[in-house]
Amino acid sequence: MATTRQAAATSPWRAPILFAILALLFVLEGTVRNSMFSGSWNTSLAILNMGLISAITALGVNMQWGYAGLFNVGVVGFLALGGLAPVLIALPPVEGAWSSGGMRLLLSLFVGMGTLAMAKMAWTRTRSGLIVAGVLLAGFVAYRWLFDPAVLAIEANNPARHGNIGGLGLPVLLSWVVGGLFAAAAAWAVGKVALGLRSDYLAIATLGIGEIIVAVLKNEDWLARGVKNITSIPRPVPYEVDLQANPDFVDFATSWGFGAAEASGIWVKLCYMLLFLVVLLTIILLAELALKSPWGRMMRAIRDNETAAEAMGKDVTARHLQVFVLGSAVIGIAGAMMITQDGLMAPTSYNPLRYTFLIWVMVIVGGSGNNWGAVLGAILIWFIWIKVEIWGPNLIGFLVTPLPDGDLKTHLLDSAPHMRFIVMGLVLLLVLRFAPRGLVPER
Amino acid sequence: MDILNALVAFLNFVFIPAAAYGAQLALGALGVTLIYGILRFSNFAHGDTMAFGTAVTIIVTWGLQALGISLGPLPTALLALPFGIAATALLALGTDRVVYRFYRVQKAAPIILVMASVGVMFLMNGLTRLLIGVDEIRFTDGARFIINVRDFREWSGLEEGLALRTTQLLTLVVAVLVVWALFWFLNRTKSGKAMRAYSDNEDLALLSGIDPERVVRMTWIIAAGLATIAGVLYGLDKSFKAFNYFQILLPIFAAAIVGGLGNPLGAIAGGFVVAFSEVAVTYPWVKVAGYLFPGWQPDGLLQLLGTEYKFAVSFVILIIVLLFKPTGLFSGKSV
Repeated sequence: MATTRQAAATSPWRAPILFAILALLFVLEGTVRNSMFSGSWNTSLAILNMGLISAITALGVNMQWGYAGLFNVGVVGFLALGGLAPVLIALPPVEGAWSSGGMRLLLSLFVGMGTLAMAKMAWTRTRSGLIVAGVLLAGFVAYRWLFDPAVLAIEANNPARHGNIGGLGLPVLLSWVVGGLFAAAAAWAVGKVALGLRSDYLAIATLGIGEIIVAVLKNEDWLARGVKNITSIPRPVPYEVDLQANPDFVDFATSWGFGAAEASGIWVKLCYMLLFLVVLLTIILLAELALKSPWGRMMRAIRDNETAAEAMGKDVTARHLQVFVLGSAVIGIAGAMMITQDGLMAPTSYNPLRYTFLIWVMVIVGGSGNNWGAVLGAILIWFIWIKVEIWGPNLIGFLVTPLPDGDLKTHLLDSAPHMRFIVMGLVLLLVLRFAPRGLVPER
Repeated sequence: MDILNALVAFLNFVFIPAAAYGAQLALGALGVTLIYGILRFSNFAHGDTMAFGTAVTIIVTWGLQALGISLGPLPTALLALPFGIAATALLALGTDRVVYRFYRVQKAAPIILVMASVGVMFLMNGLTRLLIGVDEIRFTDGARFIINVRDFREWSGLEEGLALRTTQLLTLVVAVLVVWALFWFLNRTKSGKAMRAYSDNEDLALLSGIDPERVVRMTWIIAAGLATIAGVLYGLDKSFKAFNYFQILLPIFAAAIVGGLGNPLGAIAGGFVVAFSEVAVTYPWVKVAGYLFPGWQPDGLLQLLGTEYKFAVSFVILIIVLLFKPTGLFSGKSV
């Protein structure tokens, strides 16, 4: 990637061919059974579905990096925040949680936000650090005085089963939109503070924000039970057991030559796939339209030469904030979709290596600045990430066959799953070096 | 006597742990800052460089222990440290040759180097896991305490005990020696002066005949040494776990930035600022307050934030400092 990313001539067939190869990989995974592929449509579709969610996340990152050159290393945080939405929207309300401390909790959150706003006002009016510190301190004491008892009361409410504030009992699909809004709101606040920073400083600031959001989810039990996890989040698609109990479905499955158990799994995954595809294609459509509009040209102009764009009268900071919020909203939607698919909210699983840096590998490999590239990169990298877990040990097993049995051989075999990281690092470095504009470069 | 008790509690739970942690952060941040000053990018792989160096040191320590070599009351890891540094330096030089040099020659945008460092981070992470696995490892041996709680109580007659672990004192002593050696090198030797000149003004340094590749090599070797020492001290003080070293990257970056990226003095100050605020904000002050105001019974623990939010504190400090001083307390660089 040079500093200016002017388009270079590439074959128009490049993207379709690469997508065809990708499709072939998934068909092989679904049909062929050998040491490379599992031959199970259930596995193939499971990988594809997570790949589609990763693709949406990658689209969000691509908006920020590819359109505007913003280096966001806090992807995991926005993803986790989006995942909070299904919990708060779709779960049934928890008996007694609101009455025990809900109002007091809301009030404390308002006081917290009001304190920040007042501190900001005090700073702009008086420019006195002492007054600002006083406002912050008083606000913090008031906030904790309201917050602590409320949290204690909510967490004491049937802690074995609940101990959280509960949800609103609304349809889970609504939570996908709300997840986007959560992430967008957080991104606005973050952007207000951090977007003035230069590239490396911004990267590290977002890295910190991601960690903080995950820490909050892990530790605030009243919100989503923290590390106690939330299970059985409602689904937008049928349940496997119901399908297996339905004679019509069983007949239908046998007519296609599948057992009821296998077919129900495939059917559910196909339903999810359709939903994910609808979201993915809608976002791509909107993104492509935006990119081809004057707004898109302005964004790229800002990305390629900030100073020149500023001289032309473009408000660079405001545009950066805008695209940062939009991209984060897309990441938030993906986060909500992921929790909906898993039916489980487990904050400990939000590992930045997996949910920030792997997403970055996807965007770079796919082709930053190109939406289809980001999608291709995401699904391909996700496929490799999953399969390396099987290919790695097989390969190492093959390589160590000549070695005598012993500690070294066992050690090598045991640590083979760690090949994942090595493979991902290698892929990223090789692409950065030899195809810096990605597999499907920006046009 | 109560003031003395309060002081001892403060020393025991706040000052000593924070000082040791601050020294570890400072050494880590010095490495990040040196790389930023000379190569002009934030090295995301620094945490995993620390993990790799520590892993090699642990393996050599095991070897030495198997041979029956020990340092008596001191941890054997100190003997193994030079091997760890050598291996890490070789690895760092290797990655520079294979990865970073290409972009340096191309004069690629700094952000590309940052991304390449993400790739290196993945590689080193995998390599460390291959080498030593993901389990938690305690590799300290020798004496555990210099002062232990019971002896201190008997000696002083105070209610509150004081403990000073060998690893904590060792961390401080080693950190002081390393920082002294580093500053001596940077200020007194020809190579060190060349590095500073290159960091201040690349073009001018090139004009005066400084070999940039030599400066870069030296930087990697020193950064690898600092990373390994910081990693081993951190591992001795707490325990070694490959993933923790990725986590510690955040406070290290925070320390480097709070002090001002590219400024060695700033990195040290930043390390202690971050460590002391982390510990002070998450420590329940109720015990100290109890000694100071005997009649007063506070409702809570007088803890500003839960211990879980340690990392959050380092980041909040980072944001506050950047809001008022965009390039850190000691005015670092920005590309």
